[in-house]
Amino acid sequence: MSFGPFLLLALMEGMVTSAVLALAAVGLSLVFGIMRVVNVAHGEFFMLGAVSAWFVSQWVPGPPAVAFVAALILCPLFVAAIAALADMVVLKRLNYQPEATIVATIGLLYILQQAALSFYGPDARPVPAPFNFRVQLPWFGYSGYKIAVVAASALVLLGVWRLLAKSRVGLIMRATQYDRETARAFGINVDRVYAGVFALGGGLAALAAVLIVPIQQAHYLMGTDPLLLSFIVVIIGGLGSLRGTVIAALLIGLSDGVISTFFAPTLAKIVATLLVALVLVFRPQGLFGRRAL
Amino acid sequence: MTSRLIGKSQSRRSVLTGMAAGAGALALPSFFPGYTHAQSSEPIRLGFQLHRTGIGASYGRWYERTATAALKVLNEAGGINGRPVEIIFEDDGTDPARGAEVFGKLATQSNCDLVFGALFSHVVIGTAPRAAELKVPYLVCSEGHHVASGMLNRWTLQPGITDVKSQVQGMAPWVAGNLGKKVTMIFPDFAFGHDHRDYFTAAIAAQGGEVIAQIAIPPTETSFTRYFPQIPAETEVIYHVMVGPAVLTFVKELGEFYGSGARPQLFGFIDSLEAVDIASPGLEFLEGSHFWEGHPRVKQADASEHEVFYRAAVGVDDNGASVTDPADVATYAHMFSTWETLFVIKAGMEAAGYQGPADRQKLVEAIEAMTEFAESREHPQGAKTFNGKTHQAFGLQSITQVQGGKLIRVHQTSLEDGYYPDEVDYTSQSF
Repeated sequence: MSFGPFLLLALMEGMVTSAVLALAAVGLSLVFGIMRVVNVAHGEFFMLGAVSAWFVSQWVPGPPAVAFVAALILCPLFVAAIAALADMVVLKRLNYQPEATIVATIGLLYILQQAALSFYGPDARPVPAPFNFRVQLPWFGYSGYKIAVVAASALVLLGVWRLLAKSRVGLIMRATQYDRETARAFGINVDRVYAGVFALGGGLAALAAVLIVPIQQAHYLMGTDPLLLSFIVVIIGGLGSLRGTVIAALLIGLSDGVISTFFAPTLAKIVATLLVALVLVFRPQGLFGRRAL
Repeated sequence: MTSRLIGKSQSRRSVLTGMAAGAGALALPSFFPGYTHAQSSEPIRLGFQLHRTGIGASYGRWYERTATAALKVLNEAGGINGRPVEIIFEDDGTDPARGAEVFGKLATQSNCDLVFGALFSHVVIGTAPRAAELKVPYLVCSEGHHVASGMLNRWTLQPGITDVKSQVQGMAPWVAGNLGKKVTMIFPDFAFGHDHRDYFTAAIAAQGGEVIAQIAIPPTETSFTRYFPQIPAETEVIYHVMVGPAVLTFVKELGEFYGSGARPQLFGFIDSLEAVDIASPGLEFLEGSHFWEGHPRVKQADASEHEVFYRAAVGVDDNGASVTDPADVATYAHMFSTWETLFVIKAGMEAAGYQGPADRQKLVEAIEAMTEFAESREHPQGAKTFNGKTHQAFGLQSITQVQGGKLIRVHQTSLEDGYYPDEVDYTSQSF
């Protein structure tokens, strides 16, 4: 393959990776930004989204597209409910202390993973894509669905941004992030905001998973990779910064696509990890994060 | 200080006395052979190191079913030496560290007479040293060349399945003669994949062919398109072998990558599609491509009565899926190894007059003395020879082609195709 098409493939792969990364990381970033909770179980919410999408695809009759749309609505709601429950039952009881919540979410990670193993089983199962459309370029073919994932991801991110920046719910969230005590003094039910934010984070992870599962298959161990990559993206972008998350996802995704296509996927992972180390040394708050007070 | 020294020497003496008594007790039956039949009819307990979870889970599911079916046949025919047999399954998570722990648990806590059944080569390599430490026979079903290469030890044997070196050597002439000579290999980046890389590269070179690119992929990878641009344009044959939960994604993405454009011939190890329905959406491009199968998943027109019996006993339909769920496709090309290994254990224990753990060494020696297995109910995959020096079985390999969505055999190797000079003589090693 000559250089041009080679680069095109690398960029397309990179865009898909970026889209996946941004979607997976935005929930993690949101939860940290507003609640100051490092949610180690975030990858398991992603996994739950994919696994529940498989169940939906089995139960909903008709063409795959119908089941897919159903999964797109039901799975994020289901996972959001679990996340809200986890917040109320576990995190709230710990008063959101940073150290305690890390340990608690590690526990949550194992509980969710083993629950999936018990109820879903150890196998990887395919979920059919809503459409099987292939783009045939002169040099190689490419999945039309993957391109759709990039577009869908952009839409979701736009939606999250609008929610935070333009809506009343977003205003309340930002007020809580800015100063929890004052927000409470102004009559904001902080407990409910926290439960809602944690649910939103989980729901976004699940939404990302439903979009991605037709190109990956659902498996009970699939949450580990998105978790690591989300942390990489969020650390580079700056914890709590939506803009930083998206830009870091693009940076990591495209460099991953180009490096792994032209050199080796392992090298791409090395570079991403090195970037994290450099950011932590020279700009600990991340590219777009604010310095902690 | 003095008292402690005295205490120590006393306890050592008592231990030595105990050991001597123990050794005497162990030696007794051989002095009085008549006593051996005064044994209990307690069940023989076989440990099974099962990949129930982790990346080998789809294999584990079927290995458990196959071994259970074989056990039923075995017990209905009177067990081993007239004693009933039990299999204790223990999940190793397809993980080498856990594999060694599970081995110890089976051998010491569950009091198993031996352990068998492991497939994934990294688990086998991680567990085998433990087998030698505990002096417990370890009968693996792993395909890896690590048994016959001399890497492992006298307690580890592979009587139920041919190793990769023999498989690829047997098939290389057909690949070079029918598909092409410029080969690009795609394989998982661990011991099993490295066996493919090393021995197929050598075998195709011996046929005047050449491996022009070797693409290693981590077995936990979930996205594969980025690897495909490394396939050189002049490739005539893509040789692919993948394992792990993402195999279906791998093959689908390969199909998407070539799309409707020109593509090289495909020769795959069925591992790339074990437990996956060949009629899955997105796999249409495989029509006409070729696969290695240790044991063809689709019932062939010339299937032997033994093969028919085996298929029914395990509960597999003519397409290679579970009789109760057509979507549950078997790991048919590999799982016969657990069935056949169980019957080798039976033959070995009966030849050794096996009574209990004290006869473990005799069992290993009895299996080492075996030379061939005839095609039979006990060996439904076909006739095999066994090399006691290298602890390795050699069997027939099938090359099948996807014809109308079914895998139909187009070539079968002979036993001689897969022979290579011995690389080790385990029988010269001490126990």
